[in-house]
Amino acid sequence: MNELGRRLLRSAGPGRRLLAIDAVLGVVSVALLIVQATLLANVISRAFLDGESVADLSGELIALAALAVARGLIASMFETAGRWGAVAVMSGLRRQLATKLLRERPGGLAGEQRGELATASVQGVDALEAYFAGYLPQLVISCIGPLAILIWSAPRDLIATAVLAVTVPLIPIFMVLVGRAAKRRADERWRTLTVLSGHFLDVVTGLKTLRANARADAQIETIERSGERYRDETIRTLRVGFLSALVLELLAMIGVALVAAVIGVQLAAGDLGLAAGLTVLILAPEVYMPLRRLGAQYHASTDGLAAAERIFEILDAPAAVSVAESPRPCPDPARSTLIADDVAFSYPGSREPALSGFTLAIEPGETVALVGPSGAGKTTLTHLLMRLADPAMGRVACGGIDLADVDPREWRRRISWIPQRPTIFPASVADNVRFAAPDASEADVLEALRRADALAFAEELPEGIETTIGDGSRELSMGQRQRIALARAFLRPGALVILDEPAANLDEGSERAVAAATADLLEGRSALLVAHRPEFVRLADRRVELRAPRRPDPSPVSTSGQPVIA
Amino acid sequence: MIEALLATRSRWPLATRAAILGALTICAAGALLAVSGYLISRAAQQPQILTLGVAIVGVRFFGISRSLLRYYERLTSHDVAFRSLTDLRLRFFRRLVPLVPAGLPGVSNADLLSRFVADADRMQDLYLRAVLPVATAILAGAIAVLAAGLILPAAGAAMIAVLIAGAIVAPLLVRTVARRSGTRQASARASATAEMTTLVQAAPEIAVAGREEDWERRTADTGGRLARLMRRDAVASGLAAGLAEAVAAGAAVVMALVAIPAIGDGEIAGVVLAALVLLALASAEIFTPLGAAATSVDAVSDAAARLDAITSRPDPVPEPASPRPLPAAGPLRMSGVDFSYPGESEAILNHAELTVSPGEAVALVGRSGTGKSTIADLLTRFRDPDRGTVEFGGTDVRGLDSDELRKAVRLAPQDAHLFATSIRANLALAAPEAGDDELTEALRATGLGPWLDALPDGLDTHVGEAGAQVSGGQRQRIAAARLLASDARFLIFDEPTGHLDAENAKKVVAAAIAAARDGRGVVVITHDESLLGGFDRVVGIHDGRLTSGGTRAVERRQP
Repeated sequence: MNELGRRLLRSAGPGRRLLAIDAVLGVVSVALLIVQATLLANVISRAFLDGESVADLSGELIALAALAVARGLIASMFETAGRWGAVAVMSGLRRQLATKLLRERPGGLAGEQRGELATASVQGVDALEAYFAGYLPQLVISCIGPLAILIWSAPRDLIATAVLAVTVPLIPIFMVLVGRAAKRRADERWRTLTVLSGHFLDVVTGLKTLRANARADAQIETIERSGERYRDETIRTLRVGFLSALVLELLAMIGVALVAAVIGVQLAAGDLGLAAGLTVLILAPEVYMPLRRLGAQYHASTDGLAAAERIFEILDAPAAVSVAESPRPCPDPARSTLIADDVAFSYPGSREPALSGFTLAIEPGETVALVGPSGAGKTTLTHLLMRLADPAMGRVACGGIDLADVDPREWRRRISWIPQRPTIFPASVADNVRFAAPDASEADVLEALRRADALAFAEELPEGIETTIGDGSRELSMGQRQRIALARAFLRPGALVILDEPAANLDEGSERAVAAATADLLEGRSALLVAHRPEFVRLADRRVELRAPRRPDPSPVSTSGQPVIA
Repeated sequence: MIEALLATRSRWPLATRAAILGALTICAAGALLAVSGYLISRAAQQPQILTLGVAIVGVRFFGISRSLLRYYERLTSHDVAFRSLTDLRLRFFRRLVPLVPAGLPGVSNADLLSRFVADADRMQDLYLRAVLPVATAILAGAIAVLAAGLILPAAGAAMIAVLIAGAIVAPLLVRTVARRSGTRQASARASATAEMTTLVQAAPEIAVAGREEDWERRTADTGGRLARLMRRDAVASGLAAGLAEAVAAGAAVVMALVAIPAIGDGEIAGVVLAALVLLALASAEIFTPLGAAATSVDAVSDAAARLDAITSRPDPVPEPASPRPLPAAGPLRMSGVDFSYPGESEAILNHAELTVSPGEAVALVGRSGTGKSTIADLLTRFRDPDRGTVEFGGTDVRGLDSDELRKAVRLAPQDAHLFATSIRANLALAAPEAGDDELTEALRATGLGPWLDALPDGLDTHVGEAGAQVSGGQRQRIAAARLLASDARFLIFDEPTGHLDAENAKKVVAAAIAAARDGRGVVVITHDESLLGGFDRVVGIHDGRLTSGGTRAVERRQP
């Protein structure tokens, strides 16, 4: 078992217990197999050589039938225990993931990781079943089975046992030798299919663009050609991979054939009894089988391991927010200056810093507009101010207290945040507003909606503010989402307001409404507005520009012609 | 699924070969065991050692041929899988083309298309994991019954009984259990996934609102519900899986019960008893793969049904049987057009009139959802009006070859797609004839000059999957540059500035207007009223009607 496998078992308690059950079941199943082979050989020998009838053999036959039922039950339990193990591990990982994301890395993930991670954490359980119900039991059987069979065979036929004992170790040796090729084969097949599928997805999602340029027909040929080329390449790699499987199979088959011949010759010479010979013959393939199956099971379980690995990557990432052991009292931005002092930040896995050496101070009651080209790190800066992540260099302080020494959750309670794309949860409008304050009364919710200029559209919904939104059935426009977020802020206003201007495509009516409501919210609070539209910038007392770190600036922002109060 | 099979008829000979090779592989394994059993039984009678020679050679032959057959079977079946996957991808793609975008209403396009691709991918299992295992089992089963029956008819019957239990009852049971648990778990899984997706996305907001505990509890609850369901279903599927194992072990007993009396009756010699019993043991090779195949058959046929449901929709804008030649000159004109989306009672366009002449720059403004993009789709015949006509140079566009029309009237859709290839290839999509200078010039016109200069590979820079390595604003500008570099007579830009700041938005609009000065007809669709300076005409949309006017109307609507 590799490191990842051990990690998987450690990560959930019940998983370990289930492995223990699996191990016991494995021992039982090997024992059943041996008893079955011995009984069967006995029955055949006595019926053939001694001419015994079914009635004479009824005890053995009934035992064999019972053994068949027992083997079925053991197989059921293997499967069940394996699936339970997969479920236990995946549920555990999902809980850990939730805690990790919420407590240690609330700053969020790179966009491409999101959907994939959510899917892996739920659907990955199916893939993990292959590991728990397939690979692990096989691993147990592979360790016990061949050895037990050799021990059982030795007193019956030493020579055949010797043949087995010599050839069986060749299997793992060859498997290691060809294992790499086999892994390459699996990787290659997967890569090919991913490339082809990626290409197809690209073409299909861009179909309107293709058609708008009268190029859809040309793509048919491209799909055909790339399909053919990849098929050709893959079959060539597969040939090598299958050859290695062929070698393993030949080894096992020749082993069985050799054992049959050895037993036959000894029987003919009268050195061996038929029952003993048959027992060894029936067991011979079972000596090779578990080891060969192990390889196949391992490959089948790689998807599950990959899903788990995706989650472990996140779980292993260092915490983005440190929590001081004995936090200092939380400062109040309504009374003290908030300062980001020469802060720098890089996202994990990215070579370029998202923010390098930026300083900004917000006085109590002051509204600052933060402008700059996209990608300059404006959103990153807001995350640092909210302690969704800690700066790699520099510090964020309020009233002279480094926020790293303050309980992050207490600090965040002083903040109202209206993000660029506020999340609308699948719940009623009222409950969405209550996200900021779960115990708020209906009157307070209505008042918050009214002040956010969201009451009118909310009341037009079929069930008013009790209408469910955010479940895909009723898409809100970006302007409406922003106003819901504003209502959340009105419901529980913090001393510091951070607003990320909506990304794009707010029509003018919504823009004015959001800006007016924002102006109302800002009354008497400190605020940072990430903005470039005049409607928002004009709300600020001061405007600060953030330029992209160490990159040519493709679109400098003009600083003239804006009615900004200096 | 039947249809997918028929569509890949040309692969049937290869698939047949794979199935035969698969069946022979299994038969060789059975023969190896049976012949070894016979060899040992015969040896127990202590004959001359030389008389065992044939059986010894037979054992080796079947051992080696099994390995070789398996090798060829694997190669052949994978070949079938790859070839048929390409066939099916092409088939479904061909049928999807005319349906985008107007033929797929009611579903968010991106979701639908990515599911389409996932379902098409699933088709690789059609032969490899569904059809071939079943065909192989049928062939091998027939051979096994025949072989046992030739030795002893009752043994043939016993083999049939074993195969019915192992190859039909057990897989069907596995399948039923899987199906049932699949349906039962579907909603629990969907809500767990949805909740996790929300959590991953909204983690910053949850943290700032201080709602961490609530969300930890919610994930634990939803996960717990799903886990309870899955554990219950696991017991059922475990029992179904155990049945196959029990049948495999029980097969030997059944065979012994049939064959031992036959020895007493003198129907068979005792020496073949071991061969028959071991043959029965080996029959597990026939039915063990079928449990997995049964589930694959379902997965594949579900995917095929979903693909069919999409691709069998009617073509919303059928091509003319004999297209008329593209008029050499003249305006693009929409007259008396009514349009409503299917299933919506309210018309989005009401007797809409619009004429765009060559050399004219027209801005089309209105709030979101007023039908601006619909007009772009009508002008490029992605949709047909309910009433009224769209004419190009005086000819109804319904009589024109739409590819020809779209080469003359180029559209940059609102969410124009960048393909995972070089910038050059992305531009060449609209301007296959243009040289590097023209492409660079088009990019500069949209303000991408400095960005392009900073790229080490220039036009050869790869834009990554779905344009991932360029920002939203850059993507829009590349899409606009596509049109500028083309030689089309009319250019339609749908919201080309949504992701741009004011400065760059002005540049893009200016570049579009400049194209009109070269004699082309230009339509810029926007919601941003600060960009209307410089247009020859500003057309607004209100309540489904087009009105000349707006903030900077230059002249009245032309007749």
